[in-house]
Amino acid sequence: MSVAIDINHALKKYGKNVIIPDLNLKIEDGEFFTLLGPSGCGKTTLLRMIAGFNSIEGGEFYFDDNIINELDPSKRNIGMVFQNYAIFPHLTVRANVEFGLNNRDFNKKEIGPMADKFLKLMQIFEYRDRMPENLSGGQQQRVALARALVITPDVLLMDEPLSNLDAKLRLEMRQAIRDIQKEVGITTVYVTHDQEEAMAISDRIAVMELGEIQQIGTPQAIYHRPVNEFVASFIGRTNFITADCDKDEVDVLGHKVRVKDLDYKGKVKVSIRPEEFMLTDDTNTIKAIIKDTIFLGLNTHFFMELPNKQIVEIIKESMIDSKIETGKTVYLTINVDKVNVYTEDGTNNLVIAHEN
Amino acid sequence: MKIKKSKVNLWSSTTLSLLILYTIFLIIPLIMLLSESFIDRDTGQFTLDNFQRFFGKKYYYSTLFNSFKVTVLVTAIAVALGTTLAYFFARFEIKGAKTLRILVILSSMSAPFVGAYSWILLLGRNGVVTKFFEGLFGIQMPDIYGFKGILLVLSLQLYPLIFLYVSGAFSNVDNSLLEASENLGCTGVKRFFKVIVPLIFPTVLAGALLVFMRCFSDFGTPMLIGEGYRTFPVTIYDAYMSELGGNNGFAASIAIIAIIVTLVIFLIQKHIANKNAFTMNSINKIRPVKIEGIQNSLIHIYAYLLIALSIAPQVYVIYTSFRNVNGTVFTSGYSLNSYVIAFSKMGNAIRNTLIIPLISLTFVLIFAVFIAYLVVRKRSKITAVIDTVSMVPYIVPGIVVGIALSNTFSRPPMVLTGSMTIMVIALIIRRLPYTIRSSVATLQQIPMSIEEASLSLGASNVKTFWKITIPMMSAGIISGAILSWITMISELASAILLYTGKTRTLTIEVYTQVLRGNYGVAAALASILAVLTTLSLVLFNKVNKGRDLSM
Repeated sequence: MSVAIDINHALKKYGKNVIIPDLNLKIEDGEFFTLLGPSGCGKTTLLRMIAGFNSIEGGEFYFDDNIINELDPSKRNIGMVFQNYAIFPHLTVRANVEFGLNNRDFNKKEIGPMADKFLKLMQIFEYRDRMPENLSGGQQQRVALARALVITPDVLLMDEPLSNLDAKLRLEMRQAIRDIQKEVGITTVYVTHDQEEAMAISDRIAVMELGEIQQIGTPQAIYHRPVNEFVASFIGRTNFITADCDKDEVDVLGHKVRVKDLDYKGKVKVSIRPEEFMLTDDTNTIKAIIKDTIFLGLNTHFFMELPNKQIVEIIKESMIDSKIETGKTVYLTINVDKVNVYTEDGTNNLVIAHEN
Repeated sequence: MKIKKSKVNLWSSTTLSLLILYTIFLIIPLIMLLSESFIDRDTGQFTLDNFQRFFGKKYYYSTLFNSFKVTVLVTAIAVALGTTLAYFFARFEIKGAKTLRILVILSSMSAPFVGAYSWILLLGRNGVVTKFFEGLFGIQMPDIYGFKGILLVLSLQLYPLIFLYVSGAFSNVDNSLLEASENLGCTGVKRFFKVIVPLIFPTVLAGALLVFMRCFSDFGTPMLIGEGYRTFPVTIYDAYMSELGGNNGFAASIAIIAIIVTLVIFLIQKHIANKNAFTMNSINKIRPVKIEGIQNSLIHIYAYLLIALSIAPQVYVIYTSFRNVNGTVFTSGYSLNSYVIAFSKMGNAIRNTLIIPLISLTFVLIFAVFIAYLVVRKRSKITAVIDTVSMVPYIVPGIVVGIALSNTFSRPPMVLTGSMTIMVIALIIRRLPYTIRSSVATLQQIPMSIEEASLSLGASNVKTFWKITIPMMSAGIISGAILSWITMISELASAILLYTGKTRTLTIEVYTQVLRGNYGVAAALASILAVLTTLSLVLFNKVNKGRDLSM
């Protein structure tokens, strides 16, 4: 049976060093939930507190209505997948998968078929009698996943499981994890620093920094409406331009635009993602000089200098005969439906503030 | 909650028992030794008499200089021989390299005094080689006894340690480093000293310390071949033997001086090593290349000659074991007489040589695994103390261990002298530091997450330890065990003070038979010992499939 996870006022410290000061989080039953953040933000620490490998200095951790703070890791009924897979090197693939079952009160006759089911589900049945050293990284990952899922855990925890795989395999395994999670319907907490991976795989994402959750939301919400400057710059790429705001009118380097749901007076930071700049023939907009272009196949990235000498990044779909060359002057306008406007210190998204 | 409690109990009770055992069998004997040396037993007063006596007479204090002279020179020679040989093996194709490597290891595994004894047979006053040259050319051969003899025997005995250490280091040097230096214009001898030597320096340093410790505390070699050239361990032994039953103060104080010397050397080495520490990881290992011409011949001559010299003593001992003999004089003809006598008289020595190390080994393995686990996985202030204490025997010479133990356990409350138990304890103390180090190294290479995976799959702490940790450590444990076994069966220094007629071992028996002049029996027993060692090494290679040998 899958469970919901409820974390109230979690506190983690090593000696006097506070890693997680006060964290609250609710993860729904059956949800694919990702902890996303740069290294050192406390995401793995939090995951290991849920798993029971890190002590909990304060707060309560609930699986449904049961508090698990003091519960031994071996009694939490958790399936865990580690960054280095942590396959037992002295046991065969089958023995690895059966290891957890042997620790539970299963009839010896049931264990074999249960293991078989997950070996087949993860497409490693044919390797069942091999030793782990004879498996590729992707295959080891599948063993780790089968081993974690076969015990029908209440929660599946994954600590950067794809970071040791090459790019192609990573995409393949990402899909495999997503599929099997949907099929089994198990509450999953996934840790990664790769925002693209997080967006591709998650129902909801918590963006963490310095032991605090900055924002929790669907991948769409986090990308389109980041709550603060940190989230906006960590998720995807963006350009920040300082501007003056009067009610809903923002003056971006002399180019005045109206942003819906905005009502503020004073200096602001406008976050404009590379795809939110548009080329225009209207010279009453922002003048820009092209400094460099990078061709990436589908898209071309331009680095342009604005009148205030700031360099911004702009993405356009690549054209067959590009007329935009280095040194050329162009004019830019902004997709006002998509941009975000922050207070000058970057802590508040003024657009969301008024949406709510 | 109940589970948590019992888990705490298992590890804390293990820690506690280890501390108690170390206190009884190591700390207390050493403290007793210290008090013996500083306290006059008759008056109970603090005294420096013993130390004054030692430093007052040239007869005594000169032995300290003698030992230093021998040890420093042997260490330097061993480093030079071992490093160059290892370099040649790593860089160049040498014919029969595999066999040569095994011979090098074999030559280092026997008790050093067997080498001394054999060199006397070859180059001594009545040695075969000496006689041969005298008869043929009428040349007076240089004297093998004394300083030169000790130097020869111990250098040839100990350079293989450096060879093994440095060979291991070379397998960690990435070939691209050599290519990079070549690319930057640094080749040949210049590259050897500018790039290769600095890279293997930390390893050489570690090996040199081991050679220094072994050489400084070696007792059998100077005893046999030293004659007038007295070294420190011999002085300790003599002092102890002449005072047996009475006041051991003098022997104890010399022992204390020995510990201080080794401690200082250990600390200096550690200091230098810490300054030069770095880690290497090689992707492209250095491959031996085939070279031609005079260089190739010279390298082959060097390797074959050196290895022939180091294995010669053992081969010659085995050869003499089949000769007819009358006391110290080998007569013409060959027979198995020496073996017949050996087996009829020394049955219990052979048995002891198997039983005492086996029991010791069992304990060493159990302790080493538990201590390694505590030190690596349950780090705390108390386990750090255990870690430090467990390394103490590393710097205590074997003969001092022997004195400390027989001193402490020859009187109530615990009388163990003359028993097999005390021999076992001595071996455990002597060998434990090495096995702990190798177990710690093994355990550190096992990622913590594998044990965590086991816990998250519902296995308890204890079950994880037995089902996951121990099996994963087993390869390292077994290879360490075989090496310990080999050094245990050739242990002389501590055993010579602790044995009785009932607990004598092959090594002790070889030594006493040589002293008594029963060369035939001595050779036969030494050969049996050599066969045992060889078999153990073959087993080691089977278990350890191509991995490096580390002591």
